[in-house]
Amino acid sequence: MYNVKVFVTLKESVLDPQGGAVKDSLHRLSYQSVEDVRIGKYIQLTIKKEDGDINQQIREICEKLLANTVIEDYTYEIEEVVSQ
Amino acid sequence: MKFAVLVFPGSNCDLDMYHAIKDELGEEVEYVWHDDSDLSQFDGILIPGGFSYGDYLRGGSIARFSNIMNSIYEANKQGKPILGVCNGFQILLEAGLLPGAMQRNERLKFICRHVDLVVEHNDSMFTNEYDKGEVISVPVAHGEGNYYCDEATYEKLLENNQIAFRYKENINGSRHQIAGITNERGNVLGMMPHPERAVDTLLGSADGLKLFKSIVKSWREAHVVSS
Repeated sequence: MYNVKVFVTLKESVLDPQGGAVKDSLHRLSYQSVEDVRIGKYIQLTIKKEDGDINQQIREICEKLLANTVIEDYTYEIEEVVSQ
Repeated sequence: MKFAVLVFPGSNCDLDMYHAIKDELGEEVEYVWHDDSDLSQFDGILIPGGFSYGDYLRGGSIARFSNIMNSIYEANKQGKPILGVCNGFQILLEAGLLPGAMQRNERLKFICRHVDLVVEHNDSMFTNEYDKGEVISVPVAHGEGNYYCDEATYEKLLENNQIAFRYKENINGSRHQIAGITNERGNVLGMMPHPERAVDTLLGSADGLKLFKSIVKSWREAHVVSS
C-alpha cells in the first residue's frame, strides 16, 4: 500500500487572486512580515501496490485529472505502508 | 437542423438552451444524457452551463471524462458545430478542444448581470449574422470565468482569428478581455456569457439569438441545396 500526498499549485507565472486576498487579510491582522501567499490543493491518495512503476502511475493521475497543467504544477510524496 | 443539448449531473442551463433552440430559433432539439455515447444523428452540439459534478476539483474537469465525450471528439473531427457556454466552455478547455484554462474571477466575486460584448469578427459559423465590432448585451453568471492563456497562445489566437467575443470592460480579469474563442478550424466555440439567456427582448435582450441563427445559416449553406 502507498500513501501518496499530492500538492497542486498555481504556476509561478499565474496570478493567484485567492492568495492575494488572504495576504491582504493577514496584513490587516498586522502580520506585515507575510510577503506572499499562494493557495493550492493537497490531495491524499491511498494506492494498492501492484506491478508497474508507481511514479509513472501517479504522474499520469496528476496530469490527466488532478492538475490542469496549463496553469498548475504538481509535486508528490510517496510513503510505502507495510501491512502488519 | 437538429441540435443536441448535453445534460450532466449539475447542468442548470440545459432548459434555457432547449427553449432557445425550440421556441425562439424554431429548430429541432433533444436532450442527451452524459452517459450516452452517440451523437451521430445530430448536426450541432450544445454544452450548457451549470455546475457539472459540483465543479469539484476544477470546473469541467470531471465532466470531460464522461462517456459522451468520445462522440464529441468524433463530432469535432467531422467539423460539426460545437458550442460550450459557461461550464460548457470550461469542459471544452479541460478536454483540450480549446486552448487555455479558466481561473477564479480576479476579484473572487460571482458575477451575474448583463454585460456588453464586442463581436471581434463575423466570418465564423457562430458570428456571421453579426456585424464586425457590433456591441451586444448578453448576461454572464460565473465565479470562474477568468480566462488564462500564455502570450504565445494569445498570439496564435489572434493570428488565426480565433477570438470571437471580448468583454467591452474587463469584468473578471480575463486575458485581453477574452469572452469567447473558437478552435483553429472554427467549428468549436467556447464562451462564458450566456447567449441562450438573451433570446427574447421581454427578458432584457435578444442579442444572443443571432449566434444560433449564424450556426443554422452556415449549416444550411453547407447542407441544403438551394432550389
